[in-house]
Amino acid sequence: MMASADITTAEPGIPTAAPAPVVARKKRGNHTIVGIVAWIAGIVFFFPVLWMVLTSFKTEAQAYTNTPHIVFSPTLSQYRTVFSSGIWPYLANSAFATLVSTILVLLLATPCAFALSLRPVRKTQDVLFFFISTKMLPIVAAIIPIYIAARNLHMLDNIFTLVILYTAMNLPIAVWMMRSFFLEVPGELLEAAEMDGAPLRKTVIEVILPVVAPGLAATALICCIFAWNEFFFAVTLTATQAATVPVFLVGFISSEGLYFAQLAAAATVATLPVILAGWIAQRQLVRGLSFGAIK
Amino acid sequence: MTAIAPPVATAQPARARPDRRRAGWARRAPLLPALVFTIIITQLPFLLTLWYSLESWSLVRPGSQHFVGLANYIDVFRDSEFWTTALNTVVMTVGTVLIAMVIGVGLALLLDRKFLGRGIVRTLLITPFLVMPVAAALVWKTVMLDATFGIVNFLLRPFGIGHFDWLSKFPLGSVMIDLIWQWTPFMMLLVLAGLQSQPKDILEAASTDGARPLAIFRELTLPHLRRYIELGVVLGAIYIVNEFDAIYMMTQGGPGISSANLPFHIYQRVFLGFQVGQAAAMGVVVVIMTIIIATFALRLIFKTFSGTEQAA
Repeated sequence: MMASADITTAEPGIPTAAPAPVVARKKRGNHTIVGIVAWIAGIVFFFPVLWMVLTSFKTEAQAYTNTPHIVFSPTLSQYRTVFSSGIWPYLANSAFATLVSTILVLLLATPCAFALSLRPVRKTQDVLFFFISTKMLPIVAAIIPIYIAARNLHMLDNIFTLVILYTAMNLPIAVWMMRSFFLEVPGELLEAAEMDGAPLRKTVIEVILPVVAPGLAATALICCIFAWNEFFFAVTLTATQAATVPVFLVGFISSEGLYFAQLAAAATVATLPVILAGWIAQRQLVRGLSFGAIK
Repeated sequence: MTAIAPPVATAQPARARPDRRRAGWARRAPLLPALVFTIIITQLPFLLTLWYSLESWSLVRPGSQHFVGLANYIDVFRDSEFWTTALNTVVMTVGTVLIAMVIGVGLALLLDRKFLGRGIVRTLLITPFLVMPVAAALVWKTVMLDATFGIVNFLLRPFGIGHFDWLSKFPLGSVMIDLIWQWTPFMMLLVLAGLQSQPKDILEAASTDGARPLAIFRELTLPHLRRYIELGVVLGAIYIVNEFDAIYMMTQGGPGISSANLPFHIYQRVFLGFQVGQAAAMGVVVVIMTIIIATFALRLIFKTFSGTEQAA
């Protein structure tokens, strides 16, 4: 296995000495140790999530023991309680705010990123850094006027308020991410299209979009993750009508020491969509988090 | 992997046309909606905050709004709660970022090696970052750190720490445990990206020249990673300075204000105290603090991103 890999990567002409068997054996030993340590670390970091999920399948009596039950007969009763206790409107609000804001973000960010990459205008850098700088200003300093404006416009506890704010929150990330994807469009493709005299719209739809489509999907996923998890705006600007899933979880703060299993079930329901989305988008996560600076 | 980014200069051969101006606007048009939207939603509130910070205004007393100049700022700097929460903010941010980065570098070094099930371990390790912050805080507060029923105390029982009440004895630390758990994967991912972008041939050359692994790490890997570590520290710091969710869910800033940071304190001033003017003044102070960090961040991102473009 190793030998064959060496043969294929060996460059012609350069005599690459085959690794001595002793070195290879030592390396393999290291791999085992590294593997064991890494697996332990992975399990330690994953444990709170695992414990949350396990607890959610227990009865409250099983969750409240000094010596935790590792082996138990799982019950779905906590999930039944959570779903019958009115989480549905919260889920619907979260889904609506997440999806609509993400669509708006893509509609605004894609042309913007296009203008900042393939057809750069003057002051491109300034515009880019303006976008990113808005991400760095603390929201808490903006919440007072936003709250007062929403109150005066009778937009408190209105899901569209969250939609607008989530759009603004994710727009800079999307612009930067989409730009990094646009920059990967091969220049020859564009030149060829231009030589053919294709109109811009046709170039965009037939040449550029197919290339950046995976990037569009990755950007959408990142925006969805951030919107779904958002709490600060949701807790300050909504009450009963427009409250999202994180706000639903607030209800469990006060019920301390009574409903661990039910709380774990609610937390699992709230968390699961993003964990799945994140696992799918793993490869793009770094890019989104570093504003496209790291690929 | 290696992104071939056409340099920005592709725009340069703009031939001098009579209708250059119109063409200029046609080029700019696609970016305007996003730009205008962002300016209205994000910049206007800050200007208003700046204005409110010069007023005395209580939300519960209509008509109380009047101009007071810099009085709010004087109050803020005289307020001992402000200094306590400012210190908490610094401790929480610096502590979380540094610890998460150290663990993150370690994990990234592990993940950079080949071993059985690497993909699965990587997936396990990034999961904490994906957990909804509110849910993560709730889980740490209850099933993990609860004094009687939490599993952490159960695991520590053999060491004689059976019933430690983490959240009331160690509130800031408890919040930080949750934050470190959530942010370590972020640091790990950035550092791992750095490790994997290292030119392999140089490392191989060094090792065939007989350089020891530790020397290679110190002389080659660490300098290469510096940019990625800096980026992780600064981006992490920007988010953690503004941390709100974990404090709200785990301690509500308590006991007293022992685990409140500035954003949480401002939140309480506005939504429990209804003091707009003072809260706005604190907000402006936080903005200034953030701008200082953000300046470093912008410079770094700029370097990183012009670096990748030059490499093309």
